[in-house]
Amino acid sequence: MFSLENIVDLPLIWYGLIATAIFLYVLLDGFDLGVGILFPFAPTDQCRDRMINSIAPFWDGNETWLVLGGGGLFAAFPLAYAILMPALYIPITLMLLGLIFRGVAFEFRFKATGKSRRIWDYSFHFGSLAATFMQGMILGAFVTGFKVQGRGFAGTAFDWLNAYSVTIGIALVFGYALLGATWLIMKTDNDTQAWARKCASYVLGYVGLGLAVVSISMPMMNSDIRALWFDTPNVFMLLPIPVASLILFIMIWRDLHNGHEYRPFLMSLGVFFTGYLGLGISLWPWLVPFAFTFRQTAAAPPSQSLLLVGTIVMLPVVLTYVGYCYYIFRGKASHESAY
Amino acid sequence: MFENLDPVLLARIQFAFTISFHIIFPAFTIGLASWLAVLEWRWLKTNNQLYADIYRMWVKIFAVTFGMGVVSGVVMSFQFGTNWSVFSDRAGNVLGPLLGYEVLTAFFLEASFLGVMLFGWNRVSPKMHFAATIIVATGTLISAFWILSANSWMQTPQGFEGGAEDLLYPTNWLQVIFNPSFPYRFMHMITAAYLTTAFVVAGVGGYYLWRGQHVKHARIMLGMAMIMAIFVAPLQLLLGDLHGLNTLTHQPAKVAAMEGLWETQRGAPLKLFGWPDQEEEITKYALEIPKLSSLILTHELDGEVKGLKAWPRDERPPAATVFWTFRIMVGVGMLMILTGVFALILHWRKKLFDTRWFQYWCMALTPAGFIAVLAGWFVTEVGRQPYIIHGVMRTAEAVSPVAASPIAISLAAFVITYGFVFGAGVYYIVRLIGKGPQAAEEAYGAHGVEKPPLVTEMVSEKGGPHV
Repeated sequence: MFSLENIVDLPLIWYGLIATAIFLYVLLDGFDLGVGILFPFAPTDQCRDRMINSIAPFWDGNETWLVLGGGGLFAAFPLAYAILMPALYIPITLMLLGLIFRGVAFEFRFKATGKSRRIWDYSFHFGSLAATFMQGMILGAFVTGFKVQGRGFAGTAFDWLNAYSVTIGIALVFGYALLGATWLIMKTDNDTQAWARKCASYVLGYVGLGLAVVSISMPMMNSDIRALWFDTPNVFMLLPIPVASLILFIMIWRDLHNGHEYRPFLMSLGVFFTGYLGLGISLWPWLVPFAFTFRQTAAAPPSQSLLLVGTIVMLPVVLTYVGYCYYIFRGKASHESAY
Repeated sequence: MFENLDPVLLARIQFAFTISFHIIFPAFTIGLASWLAVLEWRWLKTNNQLYADIYRMWVKIFAVTFGMGVVSGVVMSFQFGTNWSVFSDRAGNVLGPLLGYEVLTAFFLEASFLGVMLFGWNRVSPKMHFAATIIVATGTLISAFWILSANSWMQTPQGFEGGAEDLLYPTNWLQVIFNPSFPYRFMHMITAAYLTTAFVVAGVGGYYLWRGQHVKHARIMLGMAMIMAIFVAPLQLLLGDLHGLNTLTHQPAKVAAMEGLWETQRGAPLKLFGWPDQEEEITKYALEIPKLSSLILTHELDGEVKGLKAWPRDERPPAATVFWTFRIMVGVGMLMILTGVFALILHWRKKLFDTRWFQYWCMALTPAGFIAVLAGWFVTEVGRQPYIIHGVMRTAEAVSPVAASPIAISLAAFVITYGFVFGAGVYYIVRLIGKGPQAAEEAYGAHGVEKPPLVTEMVSEKGGPHV
């Protein structure tokens, strides 16, 4: 049986790959969900058309990273998938319903006329909002850990719901709104861009607040995480992460007020990266916190090997043509539909 | 609130509902993507504007359908875990990589180039646009390859062994991927998807001819659809027969249920109609043709066919559902073949495009493919019960440790959401059909835009007209 287990550390590679896929999902669908969150607040309908057009060619591809995250987790860590999905049954279902309402709105609102278009505008907004909020709640539940017995989830249907997960849910809504607003600064001009700048300035403070709450509360709730971050010498080695985050916030704030078009978006991605990195370090090596590590949930080596070969071949190809598609639709978005 | 309900049954209903809803869209888009590629090829080759008009009309319908397919498909990738977590845990080593390959080799391809296909008209060359259409069409086929391989493995599992913690471990990937029923199921499904699209196109073409609208376009639509009906519908009968014989070898209980046969016998009759009664172990009110079942299944008049009684009661699939959905599928298939025969006769008489009753006939058969596809999937999925992995794992063992209430409530939420979304989608598709193919300039007017937008000529928001 073909296996790479003696050559490379398969579970570690897969842990990294799944983490990367989920991170790419957060960044990519993050900005288009963010556009949905900001949608009804836009000053004009023309503005809204332009917002939608700026993401219409990409949203489908962006959402595919979620499928890769889910499918990849099933393939590489089936036990984690089998415990997390039932544990998160309700928020995942609500997230999916949200994604349905926003996903169909792209096509339907172009076909709709008159008042019915409003239905799809709101379907797009509330779908995006619900999906984002649920993703935040899922993260909150993940950080607080799961009750496990044997190889199955042993908690109740509402274990995921607590003040902490609600807080992270709200923080993520602001976070995606920041990505969406800075994306619009990059992809639009005139009124839409000016408005997006205002939005970005407005949400930036809340994003900082959210990130601070999460960063402070996690070590407070869990002594292992506290030890990890605050014991010497760790504290010095890890200090650059929050510092980088702080610097990025200051730079975004300055750029929002001095005409930069690309940098706010790229630096917002950077903020998400620092947050994600901090989270990853805190939760290492858990994949079902705090019951199973990623090694304990790993699929059999031949299974991880087979998919790894495909991933090594396909991932660069995928990234190339995804990049190519972003390149085709470079520049500012028009408010007119192109097909 | 729902605690007296059975979580296994609820999970099965939820899965049946979400997957039945989902399969409608791929069944249509697989065929539509390939057909769009053919249209664009004809257009580039002949420069005949009619092909471009038809393409532009159907690509919008494709976009709506594909959008619904994507969102209902994302749901599927989580359903395995939310509702069938024990199955995911046990079979993950074998099935996980197959689904992973589907995402890596198909989903990204489709999703990325769909953007080019829909929005790239003025941004890439016609050849690149054509390439995008072909890539999307190929993506749909690759996706079908992997998911049908995974499904087929659950019907005819091989290339694995049981191991620690009751988990299944792969021993031979080629045996897993190319399991015995996979080639048949793949061919049967792709052909079904092509026929589904062909009959939708035929229905729309027939409608335009009947109304006397878009006649030139309608002739192309109906003509191309009839080529499929004439050549591919009979081919599907052959493929279905081969698939059935394969099932007889590997899942004979399913075939016994399809035939409504309880007693193992030589020279088994073909029961045309009847009512298989699971409790009394007979098929009531049966209308039979002597020896035909044996002839079809064993190719001998006196061949032996196993009846359902050969299996213990708790290993028999629910016969009535399998029996009847099978007849619906075959019946619709026969109507498709008949359509091809009519089309051929009318073509010889040079009356294909102006025969009134045939236009009605085509309109009536617009949903034929969807009905056949759904019925066929019910045959194969209900027919493998009580197993989720045939002979290896029972459906009842596979279910997640989730209480009945969340499953029941989420099922209701899916039904309401899908009903709303599906209703709206059908409504917009019907409107697009009502509008019909437009010449290029008008097409842009469809979105309230006077001329094709160009990146370089953007209307400033301040100076431009407000919508």
